[in-house]
Amino acid sequence: MKGSMMRLRGLIRKEWLQILRDPSSIAIAFVLPAILLLLFGYGVSLDARHVALGLVTENPGAATASFTAQFQRSPYFAPRTFLTEKAARHALAQEKIAGFIWLRGDFTRALDAGKTPDIGLFLNGIDANNARIVEGYVQQSWANWIAARAAANGIPDTSPLTVQPRIWFNPAVSSRDYLVPGLIAVIMTLTGALLTALVVAREWERGTMEALMVTRVTMNEIMLSKLIPYFMLGLGGMAVTVLIAVFLFDVPLVGSIPMLLLASALFMLASLGMGLLISAVAKNQFVAGQIAIIAAFLPAFILSGFVFDISSMPAAIRVITHAVAARYFVAILQTLFLAGTVRSVLLPNLLALLAMAAFFLSAARLVARKRLD
Amino acid sequence: MAGVTRRFHSGDRIVTALEDVSADVRAGKVTGLVGPDGAGKTTLMRLIAGVLRADAGSIHVFGINVSADPLSVQGMISYMPQRFGLYEDLSVRENLDLYADLQALPMSDRAGRYDELLHMMGMAPFIDRLAGKLSGGMKQKLGLACTLIRPPQLLLLDEPTVGVDPVSRRELWGIVDHLVHEQGMSVFLSTAYLDEAARCDEVLLLHESRVIGSGPPAKFTREMEGRSFVVRAPEHTKRELQAALEELNGVTDAVVQGDAVRLVLDAGVKADVVEAARIPDVDIRPVPPRFEDGFIDLLKGKERAARTASSGTPAPRLTGRTTDAAPVVIDVAHLTKRFGDFTAVDDISFNVKRGEIFGLLGANGAGKSTTFRMLCGLLPATDGRLQVDGRDLRVAAAAARGKLGYMAQKFSLYGDLTVAQNLRFFAAAYNLIGARRTERIEWALGEFELAPWRNATSRDLPLGYKQRMALACALMHEPDVLFLDEPTSGVDPLARREFWRRINALAEGGVTVLVTTHFMDEAEYCDRLIIMAQGKILAEGTSEELKRAIRTDARPNPSMEDAFIALITADEAGKAAA
Repeated sequence: MKGSMMRLRGLIRKEWLQILRDPSSIAIAFVLPAILLLLFGYGVSLDARHVALGLVTENPGAATASFTAQFQRSPYFAPRTFLTEKAARHALAQEKIAGFIWLRGDFTRALDAGKTPDIGLFLNGIDANNARIVEGYVQQSWANWIAARAAANGIPDTSPLTVQPRIWFNPAVSSRDYLVPGLIAVIMTLTGALLTALVVAREWERGTMEALMVTRVTMNEIMLSKLIPYFMLGLGGMAVTVLIAVFLFDVPLVGSIPMLLLASALFMLASLGMGLLISAVAKNQFVAGQIAIIAAFLPAFILSGFVFDISSMPAAIRVITHAVAARYFVAILQTLFLAGTVRSVLLPNLLALLAMAAFFLSAARLVARKRLD
Repeated sequence: MAGVTRRFHSGDRIVTALEDVSADVRAGKVTGLVGPDGAGKTTLMRLIAGVLRADAGSIHVFGINVSADPLSVQGMISYMPQRFGLYEDLSVRENLDLYADLQALPMSDRAGRYDELLHMMGMAPFIDRLAGKLSGGMKQKLGLACTLIRPPQLLLLDEPTVGVDPVSRRELWGIVDHLVHEQGMSVFLSTAYLDEAARCDEVLLLHESRVIGSGPPAKFTREMEGRSFVVRAPEHTKRELQAALEELNGVTDAVVQGDAVRLVLDAGVKADVVEAARIPDVDIRPVPPRFEDGFIDLLKGKERAARTASSGTPAPRLTGRTTDAAPVVIDVAHLTKRFGDFTAVDDISFNVKRGEIFGLLGANGAGKSTTFRMLCGLLPATDGRLQVDGRDLRVAAAAARGKLGYMAQKFSLYGDLTVAQNLRFFAAAYNLIGARRTERIEWALGEFELAPWRNATSRDLPLGYKQRMALACALMHEPDVLFLDEPTSGVDPLARREFWRRINALAEGGVTVLVTTHFMDEAEYCDRLIIMAQGKILAEGTSEELKRAIRTDARPNPSMEDAFIALITADEAGKAAA
């Protein structure tokens, strides 16, 4: 066996033994992603459900009952009835309800007179996302109810065109279905960077790096010996998160598995490369961990587009998002999970990931010196 | 090595680790790089191993320039860093496998080489044990085995004997001798222990980043021939005698050794200068010089050249003798400490009188630190009696602690604070307020000559000054009892002497001093000491008594280390027989 191969084999075997004996790597590769995915998967949801909505009916009658009944039946609302608009306002101020609908005393009279009455909708804008969802839903319900009433009364539909929305790729418009694939990308960014950053920092901390450096071993061999085992471990962690997504969160996976594997491999190389780069700067585990969270996890969380839409960011920030590897992986995963193997979307993102992996690995290699200074 | 210089940047400061170092290390010899902590030993080792680059100068190893071709050099040498470079969660065999792969040792040679090394190290039975579960001495030997897996032409060992008990230390030297003298290897090792210099073939003496001397150790002692004496005077305590002798003109060095004072005179000075001190019944005997005498002479020579005679602290001349009638200050009886099933301290009893310097000597894990912590009231005893200054630590730990001063091993100071800030903090921690605090801080700055350093950041102080400051902090509240945990290991010999001069003065003034150490030199300063192993006291007495007990015809002049090793081996043999 050639010297170089023998050294690499020795280093990789050492790395595997350490992985088996010291549970921290296993924890970072498998347990951390699983826990984060469960926490975020169950905790983060952008859907409005069981919204406490106040209903103020000043002059109850058959018409108002027919209108409010649709909220009573809806799974999205938990309506509460108030007798006066003042009482509802009070409840809104105390955040007991997210908003209320005000049907004034002339509601039935206006209807009977063949006019469309005005209704009042008051919303708590602090939770802007929820407020917008409720607003949209109430408007939709109101329009439907008016149309249905007109049809029942034999009055022809007067609006010139109707919108029939048809939502592709995520027909239920479940936010979890598109959040979970994005989450996988964000979580695996952290896992990949932590794996290599921590194990290299550990060697510095324990003085073993110094001992390695005075042997004939080359920097390439040291870096490969860190990359190969943790690449496999990282892909294992990736598999765990995909299984959780598909079987626990029931996210459909419509794209091709080999494509998913290819993208994951490229992304893992980029993340591990980032970890190696971090370890060139941070020579103890605490600092390496801090940097991995700040430099890898936070940008991935905020700038990857997994929840905050990139196209609505200011132009300067949009430019920065191109430097975040997770951005491309989020796009790939959301496409593969929900839309399928859409080559025109996947290909540019895969190329970007390849470039990121090449960049981080070569940067880490350039920065790493076989010296202690 | 030619003109090697290396500086480090630390913030906006530049620290010079090595200054214009030129030296040769010859093949087939043991060369010792001897110097105190912070002298630049590790930096020089790393430069030779090619993992650091010199700012100026060049190093050639077997004719190859290290900075131009580090890989070729690394193929010929092996280097054991201070922390051995072992993977603690790998077994002994797996560590050997890794280094065999790294050194590209052919598979067919491995079994034989492993056998040979493990036999040499005496650790064949532990081949499947995890490295993290080995004792300190075993780890060191495994570290050595890993560097020897393919015999290098040059072996670099960075402070291999630090933190290792005397028995393992002696074994390590046996192995080094074997490698050099039977296998023809070259060894370059660094050490802060001056007594190890004598075991090297050649010595490089490093002090404050410069080489101040080189040559065979005999060269250093030869220059000192006829200048070393042992002085006894029955009318005086040894510390009074030491204080009197060191103030004489023409005295290079005077240190307490056992019950006598070891005296080194300046070149050309005759032994009759001692008469100037008018000590009755003085007894002066010439003794063979040791390596340390030569080192002190070199350092003093430098100092004499650098400064005028005015500096130096005259130790306060205090009378007040340690007699048998002095009251007992520390009383320990049947003291036991168990952690679960493990008995760390096993039924030990001793007492220390006022003004005595008392030593606790033992290897790592012997129970010294546990005993120390119980005495400081930091750890409750499982069983036994424990009194400090008449107060039972089991019921009145806080009251007893007010009487204690404690100086920890690594001088626990706040590195980011200035000297004055540290002193103010410790004064406050000891409840000193108002005028009293100001007075004690001024006392510390004056007494320990720290005033010029008042606004210096503690981290930047030289090691000797750090030690002074740590002592000043421990003495802030004028304690009656002072605990010192390995106070002078790694400190240069001049700073160590100055430190002991202060401690001696304190003891003469009635302060009781308790010292733990595994450093044999420090044991010599103690009035009485106990030797501990595995939680038990093996022997108690003065250092003279302990040495006398093992004196034989073959070994007419045993050292403290000999006494220690003899006791430990006798104890282990006794256990094996039982």
